[in-house]
Amino acid sequence: MSLLQSTQFRPDRSANATRRALLRAWPEFQNPVAWLVALILVIMPLIANGFFLIEIFATTLILGVIALSLMFLAGYGGMVSLMQLTIAGFAGYMVAVFGVSGNANISLGWPWWLATPMALALATLFGTLGGALAVRTEGIYTIMITLAIGAAFYYFTNQNWAIFNGHTGINTVATPHFLGVDWRTDIAFYYVTLGVAAICYFAVQYVSRAPFGLALQGVRDNSRRMAALGFNPNAHRIAAYAFAAFIAALGGVLQVWNYRQISPGSVSVGACIDVLIIAVVGGITRPIGPFIGALIFVLLRTFALDVLIKFGLDGNRFRLLIGLGFLAIVFWSSDGVIGLWERWRRRNTSSTQRSGGGRHG
Amino acid sequence: MLKSSLGLIALSSLLLSGTAFAQEKIKVGVTATLEGTYTVLGEDGMRGHQTALNVLGKKIGDKELEFIVASTDATPDSAVRAVRKLIEQDKVQILLSPLSGDEGIAVKNFAKTHPELTFVNAASGAQETTYVDPAPNFFRYNMDGAQWQVGLGKYAYETKGYRKIATVGEDYSFIYTQVFGLVLEFCGAGGQVTNRQWVPLGTKDFASVIAALPDDVDAIYLGLGGADAVNFLNQYQQAGGKAHLMGGSIMIDQTILSSKGSAKNALIGTIAASGQADTWEDPGWQKFVKAYQDSFPESKRFPSPSLLATNYYGSTMALILALRQVNGDLSNNQAKLKDALAKIEIDAPNGKIKLDANRQAIGTNFVTEVVDDGKGALFSKVVKVIPNVNQTLGYDPAVFAKIGLPSRTVPECKKY
Repeated sequence: MSLLQSTQFRPDRSANATRRALLRAWPEFQNPVAWLVALILVIMPLIANGFFLIEIFATTLILGVIALSLMFLAGYGGMVSLMQLTIAGFAGYMVAVFGVSGNANISLGWPWWLATPMALALATLFGTLGGALAVRTEGIYTIMITLAIGAAFYYFTNQNWAIFNGHTGINTVATPHFLGVDWRTDIAFYYVTLGVAAICYFAVQYVSRAPFGLALQGVRDNSRRMAALGFNPNAHRIAAYAFAAFIAALGGVLQVWNYRQISPGSVSVGACIDVLIIAVVGGITRPIGPFIGALIFVLLRTFALDVLIKFGLDGNRFRLLIGLGFLAIVFWSSDGVIGLWERWRRRNTSSTQRSGGGRHG
Repeated sequence: MLKSSLGLIALSSLLLSGTAFAQEKIKVGVTATLEGTYTVLGEDGMRGHQTALNVLGKKIGDKELEFIVASTDATPDSAVRAVRKLIEQDKVQILLSPLSGDEGIAVKNFAKTHPELTFVNAASGAQETTYVDPAPNFFRYNMDGAQWQVGLGKYAYETKGYRKIATVGEDYSFIYTQVFGLVLEFCGAGGQVTNRQWVPLGTKDFASVIAALPDDVDAIYLGLGGADAVNFLNQYQQAGGKAHLMGGSIMIDQTILSSKGSAKNALIGTIAASGQADTWEDPGWQKFVKAYQDSFPESKRFPSPSLLATNYYGSTMALILALRQVNGDLSNNQAKLKDALAKIEIDAPNGKIKLDANRQAIGTNFVTEVVDDGKGALFSKVVKVIPNVNQTLGYDPAVFAKIGLPSRTVPECKKY
């Protein structure tokens, strides 16, 4: 599974050196589909109404950001962490605890510009500490230890009333108002999510090609050799956890602003595994994968019930439809949707005898 | 390339097509717990809702009601998500939601962000929902968990002679409210609650809970529901438990009494209190039971409606009657409907119901005892009927406010 994406694009003789360097760093600038998707995302408020804008697309972007943090760890670091949603949930809880909410006895009532950085910092710290524990293990043991952290956090929030308000959770969390704009109105909030998702996407893309990201991939492929070369594999891994935790925390802050409420159901073990499903279904070889996976997940979760009823079937079985959809994707392609797309592209390319082969390795 | 862009255009046009809706319909969104621990409760709630539609019909003057159902799993998150989907995607104008306690608190808070819409609580029974900072557009036609326990404490102390009890309950707002009602009355009569155990909603392994049950008590109160209650009873029986039991409103309910297997037999003789009693003689109740039984084939319902069916029936009934009073007029942010809902008094199957200033039900409560009908089916037999139970349980509001909000440790076991 080669993930070094920058090395194989077609050299363009007419381009000058700066342009070439830019393209080497950001190959998607050369891809018209990427431009089209970006354009559609930017003008989305013109084509989608409030429900699709927030419940489908903003939710997709938020879940995509959280799954992106998992993709970064799993794809570039070879570490499958099931606690990414827990970190996001922790950030969400911290926004509710430090910020303003309906539970005045718990919330400290800080303004959002103080509460949000605090939440991000604490969640990043939480993720880094969890990562420091998890890097001592590999493979299935990493999954287990991060799942244990997620499950422990879930039960803790469920039973702790002093900070997390137990099963009831924290309601009516305030959302930011500034520059005269209520940033939780549909369109403003959509652009906030889109902006954060885009920054996270490009950050992951950039880091994956920066020396740190390359070293991380080296650690993934052969940590002993990297150690022999003078790198510190564990330090790289912990740094990767910290970076991923920050991304997950951003997703968590957006999520709590979206629902204005957070409770243990948001950080349940089931939800942790949903993030893994999203990443796997989308494909963990590329940063775009989690977003595709999130879109499929959100669409299935929202519409499976309606689809079943439309076909005159028992609506109570909608979980089955969701499960079958995921099974089908994973069965046909172990790389998720990204893998399907790449195979389809390759077949197309070879049948038309086009040279170059595009950017996919 | 062309193909993929075409695909995207097709996708976006597909997304846009879902928004058209007919004019002469009033859209009502309904949520029920059709997933998770409380699935059985949600399903029977929907049966009660359907029964109400069969009895009352869907016509409001020249308009027709259209109901859209969304599923939740008893967590507040799922309830808010479902309600948002109903409002934003399905464009419902009225909500009949939700079923469970913490869902109720979350939906009430959410209702404040949509003051133009009307929310009729379906069945949730946490005290906080209507007692603390109530939403002006949120109406609850069922009593809360504490009201549903009125009469039980005195009956246990005076008639059954219990002096010391312990409680086991699910760790969330509705059961806190139930234990609140029980403790206030039982301790007020002079009894003692020595131990309160709380288990997370959705607990499967009760071994440690059962091992920690004290031996020196006269009875154990169970505030569990759905799958949790059945799991507890199975494991309690396997562990050889023999104590006297007392039950909460969703514990001694057809959702548990009709469960498969013999574990439920541990409940025979258990005393409980609830907003209904299966064997009540009242003609209104008997008529409702008959309508419920006639609406569904025997294999697809309980022998007698559960508390959830009754609550969904009552809330659907209140909504339909109020809509008919105003002839389906939803203009001016549904002001007329809200006014009618606040004033309406309904003849619900489980007694007369009217609302107080917080739009919380004042109704009738029942103390019951579980009996075997001779053919292996269990029912709750009415022992005592208590009319006009209000949210402050007959306490002076100032005194009641001093007790505090229901939680793991509130109220203290003493006379207030």
